[in-house]
Amino acid sequence: MSTQASTAQPSYLVDTGARKGLLAWLTTTDHKRIGLLYLYSMITFFFVGVGIGFVMRLVQLTTFQKLITAQTYNALFTVHGVIMIFLFVVPGLPAIFGNFFLPILIGAKDVSFPRLNLASWYFFMAGAILAVLSLFTGGGAPDTGWTFYAPFSLKTGTNVSLAVFAAFVLGFSSMLTGINFITTIHRLRAPGMKFFRMPLMCWALYSTAWIQLLATPIVAITLLLVILERFFGIGIFDPSKGGDPLLYQHLFWIYSHPAVYIMILPAMGAISEIIPTFTKRPIFGYKAIAFSSMSIAGVGSLVWAHHMFTSGMSGMALMIFSLLTMVVAVPSAIKVFNWVSTLYKGSIDFEPPLLFALTFIFLFCIGGLTGVMQGALAINVHIHDTYFIVGHFHYVMFGGTGMALFAALLYWFPKMWGKMYSKKAIYVSWFPMFIGFNMLYFGMMILGMMGMPRRYYVHLPQFHTMHVVATVGSWLLVLGLIIFFATLLYGILKGPKAEDNPWGGVTLEWTIPSPPPLENFEVIPTITRGPYHFDQQEKA
Amino acid sequence: MNETLHSPDHHPYSLDEPHVEHPGYGTFIKVWAALVVLTFCLVGLSHVSQSYAVWGLLTLTPLKAGLVFYYFMHLKYEGSLFKIVILVTLGTLLIFFALLFSDVAFH
Repeated sequence: MSTQASTAQPSYLVDTGARKGLLAWLTTTDHKRIGLLYLYSMITFFFVGVGIGFVMRLVQLTTFQKLITAQTYNALFTVHGVIMIFLFVVPGLPAIFGNFFLPILIGAKDVSFPRLNLASWYFFMAGAILAVLSLFTGGGAPDTGWTFYAPFSLKTGTNVSLAVFAAFVLGFSSMLTGINFITTIHRLRAPGMKFFRMPLMCWALYSTAWIQLLATPIVAITLLLVILERFFGIGIFDPSKGGDPLLYQHLFWIYSHPAVYIMILPAMGAISEIIPTFTKRPIFGYKAIAFSSMSIAGVGSLVWAHHMFTSGMSGMALMIFSLLTMVVAVPSAIKVFNWVSTLYKGSIDFEPPLLFALTFIFLFCIGGLTGVMQGALAINVHIHDTYFIVGHFHYVMFGGTGMALFAALLYWFPKMWGKMYSKKAIYVSWFPMFIGFNMLYFGMMILGMMGMPRRYYVHLPQFHTMHVVATVGSWLLVLGLIIFFATLLYGILKGPKAEDNPWGGVTLEWTIPSPPPLENFEVIPTITRGPYHFDQQEKA
Repeated sequence: MNETLHSPDHHPYSLDEPHVEHPGYGTFIKVWAALVVLTFCLVGLSHVSQSYAVWGLLTLTPLKAGLVFYYFMHLKYEGSLFKIVILVTLGTLLIFFALLFSDVAFH
C-alpha cells in the first residue's frame, strides 16, 4: 500500500474557497466538515437529553412531593427519548464517523454525492428544529413517549403532529445518508480495495446503510399516517373507526427495531478498528465479523414484534418472533468472541480508546444478555414495561453505542483535529462515568425486577432506596461526562499537536496527515492486502 | 474528483454499460393492455368475496407493479446491480408481509 505522510494540500480545516468562516462551513460539501457539523450539533442535543434525564432522576428522589407536574414529567420522558434516539444515537456514529472516515478508509476523496451529503445535514437540522418547536407550539410538548403509540397519539391534545413530522424529516436525512454510503462503497473504492480488504468499519457502515435505506421509509409513511389520522380521521389505527392500533405497533417497530442495529452496528465497526490497533494484531476472524454485520442487519430486521409480546398478538407470532430474537444474538456473540480472541496474546497498549472499547464490550454484554432474557416469552410478560427494560436499553444504547462513540472519538480525535487530548483527564473521567452508569442503570434493572413500572411519575416506598441509588449514579455519570467533554474541548482548543499516526494504526487514515488534507490523498492509493497487517509493521 | 471513478473493469457491477435501444410503442401498449386486464381482474375478484380480494391484491398488484418497473421504469435495461438491489428490497418487503401475517392470520 502506498503511504504518504506529507502533502502540499492544505488541511480541510483551512478555508480555501471564496467563502470564509461560518458560511464556509454551512455551505461545505467536504465529507470531513459535514462529519464535524453532525458532531457539534449532536453533542449539543446529547447534552440537552442528558439534562432532561438528570431532571427526571431528580424527580424520583422523593416518593411524593415533586419538582414538576405529572404532565411535564410525561413530556420530559417523551422529549428525552425523541432527542436521544432520533437526534443522537441513530444518526450518531454513521453520520459523524461514517461521513468523516468512510471515504478515507476506502481510499476515496469524498462520498459519491457530496451535495446530497450536505442536504442530509440540513434535513437533520430541519428535523431537529421542528422537534424543538413542537415543545413550545400547539398543545405543548408531546406526552406519548417516543414511540407515539396509537390510539393515544391520535387523541392527545399535545403537539404530536409536529413532533411526528420532525421524525419524518429526520428519516429523510437517514435515508439519503444510507444511499450515499452504499453508492460510495460500491463505486469509489480505491484500486485493489476489494470488499474483503475493506476495514470492518466499512462493512458495519455498509450493513447499516442498507437498514437505513430499507426500514426508514416504513416509519416515515407510518408517521405520516398518524398525522393524516389526527387531521382527517382516516381510521387506519383508530379502533373506534375500524382501525387497528396493533398495526401501528407493527409498522412502528418494523423500523424502530432495525434502528437499534443502525445504532449499534457502526459502534461495533468502530470497536473492530480500535481493538486490532491497540493489540497490534490482525483482527481474529475478519470474515466472520464482516458477515455477522450483514446477518445482524438481515435477521435484526425480522425481530421487531418482540416489543409487542404483551400486546395481544397471536400465539404463532409470539413463538416466531421469540425464536428470531434468540437467533439474532448469535452474530452479536460472534463479534464479542472475535474481539476477545484478538485481545488474547496481543501486545496491548492500554490507551484511552481501548479503555472505552473494553467498557463497551462489558456493558454491551450486559445489555445484550438481558435482551436475550427478554426474548423469552415467559420472562418478558413479567418484566414488560418495567424499569428493567429502561435499564436494558440504556446498557445497549448508552453502554454500547454511547461508549463506542466515545471510544471512536478518542481514537480518531488526533486525526480529526490534529491535536491530542489529556489522557490522564480521560482516565479520570472514566471512573465516575463507569461507576455512575452501573449504579444508575443496573439500579433500574433491579427496580424493574421488583415491579417498578416505567414512565411512572411517582413510586411506592419499597422502590425508594434503589431510586436514590440510581439518582446518585446519575450525578456521577454526568460528572464523568462533563470531565470527558471538557477534556476533549480543551484538547481541540489548546491541545498539543498530534502525530500523523499516534496509535500505530495501519488502516488508510493513518497514512495521511493529521488533520487530513482537503482531498484526503495526494495520489489515490493502490491496495494490495487486507486492512490489519501488523506483521508487516513489525518487520519494518 | 474524477480520479476516484476508476475503470469499469475494477467494478463488477458497472453502471457505465452501453445504453440499450428501448422497445417501440407496440410493447408499451401491450404492457398497458395487460395492466388494464389485471385491473379488471382485481375489481372482479373484489366482488366475489373479501378473501378473494385480499389474495388478488397480494398477487396481482405486485405483478402489475413489476410490469411497470420492468418496462415503463426501464428496469429491464438496467445492469445486474440494479436488479439485485430491487430484488433485495422486494424480498425484504415480502418477508415483512409474511411475518405480519404470522400475527394477523392466527388471531
